[in-house]
Amino acid sequence: MTRTLRGLALPLLLLACWQAASHFGLVDRRILPPLERVAHTAIDQVVNHGLLGHLAISLLRDMVGFVLGAMLGLLTGALLGLFRTIDLLVFPSFNGLRQIAILAWIPLISIWFGIGETAKVVFITAAAFIPVVLNTYEGFRSAPDSLVEVARAFTFTRWQAITRLYLPSALPSIATGVHLALIYSWVASIGSEYFMTVGPGIGGMIIAGRERFEMDLVMLGILILGLVGFLINRSASLVEARLLRWQQA
Amino acid sequence: MSVAQLAVTRRGDGRSEAQPPTVALALLLPLALLGLWALSAHQGWLPVQILPAPSEALGALWELAKTGDLLRDTSISLLRVVEGFAAGCVLGLLLGIAMGLSPTVEDYAKPLFTAFAQVPTLGWIPLLMLLVGIGEALKIIVIAKAAFVPIALNTMAGVRAVPKHYAEVGAVFRFTRWQTLTKVVLPASVPPVFTGMRYGLTHSWNALVAVELLASAEGLGYLLVWGRQMFWLDTMMGAMVIIGLVGFLLDRLMAGAERHLQRWRPA
Repeated sequence: MTRTLRGLALPLLLLACWQAASHFGLVDRRILPPLERVAHTAIDQVVNHGLLGHLAISLLRDMVGFVLGAMLGLLTGALLGLFRTIDLLVFPSFNGLRQIAILAWIPLISIWFGIGETAKVVFITAAAFIPVVLNTYEGFRSAPDSLVEVARAFTFTRWQAITRLYLPSALPSIATGVHLALIYSWVASIGSEYFMTVGPGIGGMIIAGRERFEMDLVMLGILILGLVGFLINRSASLVEARLLRWQQA
Repeated sequence: MSVAQLAVTRRGDGRSEAQPPTVALALLLPLALLGLWALSAHQGWLPVQILPAPSEALGALWELAKTGDLLRDTSISLLRVVEGFAAGCVLGLLLGIAMGLSPTVEDYAKPLFTAFAQVPTLGWIPLLMLLVGIGEALKIIVIAKAAFVPIALNTMAGVRAVPKHYAEVGAVFRFTRWQTLTKVVLPASVPPVFTGMRYGLTHSWNALVAVELLASAEGLGYLLVWGRQMFWLDTMMGAMVIIGLVGFLLDRLMAGAERHLQRWRPA
């Protein structure tokens, strides 16, 4: 109980200072709009400007990119992890390209794929792809030697070894990769909307708010961004814990 | 020879990672792609605005290097990252140590910190642009924020994880609080703290690219924006290579420092 109260102290204090500063005119209201103004903007955006539609589109785009990236990543990571030749051929190049900060791809992607939906999905896919490849690869390579020997003793076929040994032992690592991909793809969705400013979305809304100097709109956008990120992260953790329950035993 | 060593030898098939055949194999794919790229440019399969010849990309990079633009933009970007990272590092270490040492501080600060960290750096940029404008301050704050979050988190975890008996030895020596902090807690938490700093530096570099793409008139990110506007793909590719290279080198630098600081540990 004390912990909750203590945790609330600083945020409440900040909000109180903010409200006071804004009401007594200590700061420019355009810089720090009062809280009720932000709340009012939120309602106004939902009712009159289709905020929920923007959110739905951002999430949909995010999911399409995430699913594509995760599936491609799983496949690539598994191939790299299982076949030494592919690993030696491809992994160094992948590692080299991975060094380039993901956002630095946006200008090139926007020349190759335009600034519409395709380009955005390509970018989100790439953002989700990288962590899944890395973690799947690591997972497949980290199958315990003792189990590899058991599989050999049972003269498992290649397919049996993959489905009964490598895949199960790679699962925790794959889960980590998919979890990271969920987070990265959400950030990438926002990033793609920042730089490819065509079409609806939460990122586009934030950028529009900045251009029109509407701080309340920007704050609302950031709040949504954080909340969605939080919910995505939380649900991923729950699913992960559930799927990997067998490991605890 | 222990079982673990045996296992390692078997897994590596007795080959070390950097043997020439391995390097040759690693180079095969990039070379093949480069060949295909050159062929495509030679045959004119794709317009130059979509894919310039590899020689042009290299030429653009050379041109940028010769005029000194590349060096100037790279050093501007690097300076920004160093300044922002240093600020984020100091703040992150302070908060991380405070939260790690005192549960009371953690109770007060952690929820607000978590809420602050929940919004990705990219999200804070437009807000900060309205607050502080698009000058140098914006870049430093954004980069500092990117470094601050992972450093604070890892430092806190690191300080928490220092074994109790280390502190007990300190108590036997009648260390003051300050001595316990500087001679016991900090050295013992080097690995996780450095992990945090390494993440922090990577995040800083990514944040730099973000902020320079959104609001800058110089630096590597701006070079990309400029190349995009002029449809100079060769310039953009050159800038991307440098961004990747610098990012890689910064990470290697941190890894080296990490090893250096940990040399007192028994292997």
